[in-house]
Amino acid sequence: MTGYMIRRFLLMILTLVGMSLLIFVMLRIVPGNIVDILFDSAGFIDPEEKARLEAELGLNLPIMTQYWHWISGLLQGDLGYAYVSEKPAIDEILPRIPVTAKLAALALFFSVAFGVPLGVISAVKQDTWLDYVLRVISLSGLSLPSFWLGLLVLTAFVNWFGWIPIYTEKPDTLWKELWLLSIPAAAVGFRASALIMRLTRSSMLEVMRQDYIRTARAKGASEHTVNYDHALRNAVLPVITIIGIEAAFLIGGLIVTETVFNIPGVARFLVEAIQWRDYPIVQNLVMFIAFIVVFINFLVDMAYAILDPRIKYD
Amino acid sequence: MAIIDHEAELEKAGANVTGRFSSLMYFIRSYPLGAIGALIVLVFVLTAVFADFITAFDPTTTDSTASLAKPGGVHPLGADFMGRDMWSRIVYGARISLIVGIGSAALGSFFGVIIGLATGYIGGWFDLIMQRVIDIMQALPLLVMALLMAAALGPSLINTVIAISIPLIPQTARVIRANTLALREMPFIEASKAVGMSEWRIAVQHILPNTLAPLIVLGTAKLGSAILTEASLSFLGLGIPEPHPSWGRMLSESAAEYMRTAPWLVIFPGIAISLVVFGTNLLGDALRDILDPRQRA
Repeated sequence: MTGYMIRRFLLMILTLVGMSLLIFVMLRIVPGNIVDILFDSAGFIDPEEKARLEAELGLNLPIMTQYWHWISGLLQGDLGYAYVSEKPAIDEILPRIPVTAKLAALALFFSVAFGVPLGVISAVKQDTWLDYVLRVISLSGLSLPSFWLGLLVLTAFVNWFGWIPIYTEKPDTLWKELWLLSIPAAAVGFRASALIMRLTRSSMLEVMRQDYIRTARAKGASEHTVNYDHALRNAVLPVITIIGIEAAFLIGGLIVTETVFNIPGVARFLVEAIQWRDYPIVQNLVMFIAFIVVFINFLVDMAYAILDPRIKYD
Repeated sequence: MAIIDHEAELEKAGANVTGRFSSLMYFIRSYPLGAIGALIVLVFVLTAVFADFITAFDPTTTDSTASLAKPGGVHPLGADFMGRDMWSRIVYGARISLIVGIGSAALGSFFGVIIGLATGYIGGWFDLIMQRVIDIMQALPLLVMALLMAAALGPSLINTVIAISIPLIPQTARVIRANTLALREMPFIEASKAVGMSEWRIAVQHILPNTLAPLIVLGTAKLGSAILTEASLSFLGLGIPEPHPSWGRMLSESAAEYMRTAPWLVIFPGIAISLVVFGTNLLGDALRDILDPRQRA
């Protein structure tokens, strides 16, 4: 068990190192850096001035040296300076994390609160009209783009209430902020809950086909006991893995939703930074996202190893 | 070659599948949701192919007199701020979605199959290293990866197809690899080896055709997510550039300003995206049930 944990941990580190290389190379194959963009918008190109600016930003150094500067800085908590704002990148990124974290937590809450129970109902009532309705709802949840859902919600609010639930300035109390964030969170969460619901349903159906469920029925246990005491307990386990998939899924939803609702979080900031080729921000933010996804999956694997006694690791 | 004969299987299951029409009826009866999905996808493809015949306006021609025209009359779905006909833009948008969807799903599957087949068949160090590379690629959410690729390659139709295809590679590679590993141990592969067939011929002629069923299932599922990703990329301004009418782009143009004055600009492109993705999802589910019963949910 300890051996497995250590191996799994080393694998996580290896993935992160590989990820940093991938991000770095991908950003450098871009034709044109920020200096080109700045000079393009200014409308003139003075080669001397351009070279001076590139040297100042360290863009003229060999690519491996640039990579080494980034990684050694990252390990010491120095993320470099943002090109656009010229502030330390860490001061740009850190203050934007809490809003996104709250939004993500709310969205995850919505998706689990609706996804798990509805998935269970759908499995228990398999092939009835209720199952069909729930399956169509969950499939449509996966089909609606979350930015469009967000836009529809905004349109409805504007036209019916004459009020836009947009995050303008920081609300004074946490509750007010959470209430304001719960509308975009519901938009992201709907899509995410559809995913959870589908996976819960299939996991539950899988368990309900097992022999011990038939045994429970045969010994005369009530339908309720069979479904909830025997099946659900074992079906919940695979649902934990879903949270790992969900993490990556949610981030995609957050990017577009923060843009639609004008929420000053990291996800929207990433899009802005990509448009501006602001390397220090983009590479650190993408690395941060990769770290979150990889770390959550690591935790999920650990939880699985601890919770499921049937699996032996050595 | 050991390929499952679906017709024979259906017949064994008591289905009356003597003709083409009756097997179609059988499909509709057993998979009503899948049939609806197939219909939606068919309408979508026909719309994209025959766009020239079902529109009265050019999707890019501006007309100041029709600016923000309400739905109805000559503009059944209204017109946008620049007076471009919404119906035409949505119909031609189907073409863009179809090109990007099929293009990137096909490209992603192609590389996924090559990697999956190679890693599964060759194994050893090569497999170990490729598996780590795939792990790394999977650590980034689809949209983030596509955003990075789109920004790296620059906005154009071809680049959007490539940008979306790359994050689609890992899952296909995984599934094909697992399939190849299982097939490699089958007696008919051993027999091919015994009669002296070359490794290359075994991989391409015997293993590849047998991975077709999971490939079709995955490809259909990927089609939906490719279309959705294109819409998101274009919505964020990093996908299809002007003057191509992209559904996602139409939403980002109309979004904030015309929400109150011209809500149809927000509603129709969104319905188009959702309906097509819904159709591919329904079809994908049904295909999975038919072709790959082990994955059945």
